[in-house]
Amino acid sequence: MMTTALKYYLDEDLYALALPLTGGAEAICKLFSVVGQNLGDVKGRSGDQVLQKLLGVPSAALESPLHNHTGLENFILMKYIDEFRDAAVAKQLAAAIACEVDPARQYRLMEFCGGHTHAIFRYGVADLLPPNVVFVHGPGCPVCVLPMARLDHTIQLALEHEVMLCSYGDLLRVPASHGQTLLSAKAQGADVRMIYSTQDALGLARAHPTRQVVLFAIGFETTTPPTAVALTTAAAHALENFSIFCNHLLTPPALRAILTASFDVNSPLGIDGILGPSHVSTIIGSVPYQFVPDEFGIPLVIAGFEPLDVLHSTLMLVRQINQGGCRLENQYQRAVSSEGNRKAQALMQDVFVVRDQFEWRGLGRLPHSALALHPRYAAFDAETRFAVTLPTSTETKGCECAQVLRGQLKPTDCTLFGRACQPDHPLGACMVSAEGACAAYWHYGRFRTPPETN
Amino acid sequence: MPPTFIHPALDLNGRVELRHGSGGRAMAQLIEQLFWRTLDNELLRQGNDQALFQPPPGRLVISTDAHVITPLLFPGGDIGHLSVHGTINDVAMSGARPLYLAAAFILEEGLPLSDLAHIVASMAQAANAAGVPVITGDTKVVERGKADGCFITTTGIGVVPEGVMISGERATAGDAILVSGTLGDHGIAVMAAREQLGLEMELISDSAALHELVAAMVAAVPQMHCLRDPTRGGMAATLNELAQQSQVGMQIKESAIPVREPVRGVCELLGLDPLHVANEGKLIAICPADHAQRLLATMRAHPLGQDAAIIGEVVEDRHCFVQLHTQLGGWRVVDWLGGEQLPRIC
Repeated sequence: MMTTALKYYLDEDLYALALPLTGGAEAICKLFSVVGQNLGDVKGRSGDQVLQKLLGVPSAALESPLHNHTGLENFILMKYIDEFRDAAVAKQLAAAIACEVDPARQYRLMEFCGGHTHAIFRYGVADLLPPNVVFVHGPGCPVCVLPMARLDHTIQLALEHEVMLCSYGDLLRVPASHGQTLLSAKAQGADVRMIYSTQDALGLARAHPTRQVVLFAIGFETTTPPTAVALTTAAAHALENFSIFCNHLLTPPALRAILTASFDVNSPLGIDGILGPSHVSTIIGSVPYQFVPDEFGIPLVIAGFEPLDVLHSTLMLVRQINQGGCRLENQYQRAVSSEGNRKAQALMQDVFVVRDQFEWRGLGRLPHSALALHPRYAAFDAETRFAVTLPTSTETKGCECAQVLRGQLKPTDCTLFGRACQPDHPLGACMVSAEGACAAYWHYGRFRTPPETN
Repeated sequence: MPPTFIHPALDLNGRVELRHGSGGRAMAQLIEQLFWRTLDNELLRQGNDQALFQPPPGRLVISTDAHVITPLLFPGGDIGHLSVHGTINDVAMSGARPLYLAAAFILEEGLPLSDLAHIVASMAQAANAAGVPVITGDTKVVERGKADGCFITTTGIGVVPEGVMISGERATAGDAILVSGTLGDHGIAVMAAREQLGLEMELISDSAALHELVAAMVAAVPQMHCLRDPTRGGMAATLNELAQQSQVGMQIKESAIPVREPVRGVCELLGLDPLHVANEGKLIAICPADHAQRLLATMRAHPLGQDAAIIGEVVEDRHCFVQLHTQLGGWRVVDWLGGEQLPRIC
């Protein structure tokens, strides 16, 4: 499920960073079950021998905590992907949930991340649950919450400054002002390159020394460390034609904003529990979410992205809610520790500063919710390197993305859904990314929620 | 037979130049020494601007397909194989026996002649193996930057046996849906080669001519309703097309769909759905349920169908949705791909 960002575990430059990441253990094991067709080949070897084979690095480079990760061997020796999608286990979990829910009440659970939303729809998780357990879709899709002005800015960079613009794939179709997208800019002659990792962007900068190469950096804390590594690499090698357009976001402030809004008497969200971020938490740890139960009285369970993770976390939340509990729990223990990845955090602190405020599509301006490049890296900041005059951005009339992102409306409540706004012709950002709630509804769930019956 | 030694030998160390498409001596040299010699057959040797032949009795079927691909050479094949297999398959999906191919080349100035020779040799190899010769063709050269190395359009002609009625609008509620083998091999192999993903695993295109498999299937179950090869857009697009054409719904079972482990892995890694990934040597068959086992056995007995499986059934559905019973036990809709398949961020 961790996709583009995952490739950085393969890059040797980034190896040192990935290693201490406990989530890295999972990612690497997943890679292994992906890459190592022949699992029998590694049986009986120790975890670090396997990693050595996989990553081609000397065993001296393998240090804790990954090295000592309990159960690492088990991770490696099981068919990782299938293990967390097993139908029989899913049935057991679903039965436990059905048995424990109180039929007299609703359980409104917000899944924060687009990755959860995607898993719920992709695997039909909701079909296994009783009807009074309802998922409310949160804002954790970095593509969806990127404000149009930032995209307008990017398109200007590509078209007017004629830079080579490097972007992850799912941003290419997001509509900016006047229906413009990076793909349509490309058709007009802009040099837009789809990349799989930040290392690809560095490679392009090295290969085209006469061109200005801009990395469109986006994402929550998961994709931030690879951007940081790209930046430090560029600085160390004085790669002067490389710069970064930084749109990295911080998760906890968004969660706080949503919960604050949900306590607004005029638009109560009535969330009973939260499935907390998965990959983000491998970086920042579980501690930063402690305010959710403490200040808002809502239980939060950090949940993995596999369907069984979602079911297990749902059961944990149902239990807490039934007991009147209000705790921070960690279902995704195989990857998330309480303190997170210290090394990645230190790197991020070194390279970024927190912006005073940043606009989120749908959530408005949120204080201390995004990152900018640290002034010491100002030379690599595309925002200062290229002057851009922005047109006024205009959101589409009637688009309910804002309320969908806050969990106040279901996608099918929007009058544009499935009519004017479809994946082939998205008007709002939630329809673009596969992790956007609207796109997930449209792609995977049309049958059960045809617009006419809502 | 046209004279073959009026021109000096073509220097394969050179590159395609505009003169190779200008109608002059250089073009004659290229056609003679590269295309004719490599694709050699009686009808091509007539040296006319057209090929003349007597069609066998039966209904004729014609199909054309433009082939563009980056990179031109990929693990398991190249654009040459692809341009032969792709069109043979499109003809064969009517149940026809393919007879002949025509080929048109658009070459970009600067393409190494050795690459072109390699590609044409692949075409010849594929055509010979399939027993479907390329009997006429055309070549144009465009300026550097106006094409991507080499574009090949092939047209195929074939003849449909008596009594066979295979068409996209014939799927009927209750029919069984079969697939001839693993999905996604071609698309993932090409993507891994193009993007240089640095994945050390066996990813090989499944590019293959399916007409012999089809002939065996038609002989065993002439009552087959639909055949289609799930190329661009993958199986998801093909099933949606057939559902629309036949005004039916389809229900398929995720656990029954064959996907090779490395392909599943790359899809997992990049956030792609194997059902959306292209194939070049697979087919989807729809037949009445009571013939499904016989059809399956016939497919499995052929080397190109050994991983064949029954993956679902046709149902009544006014929405014409394709639905998937997930591995986990839930249901979801299988949609067309919106546009280009784009990897997700996280």
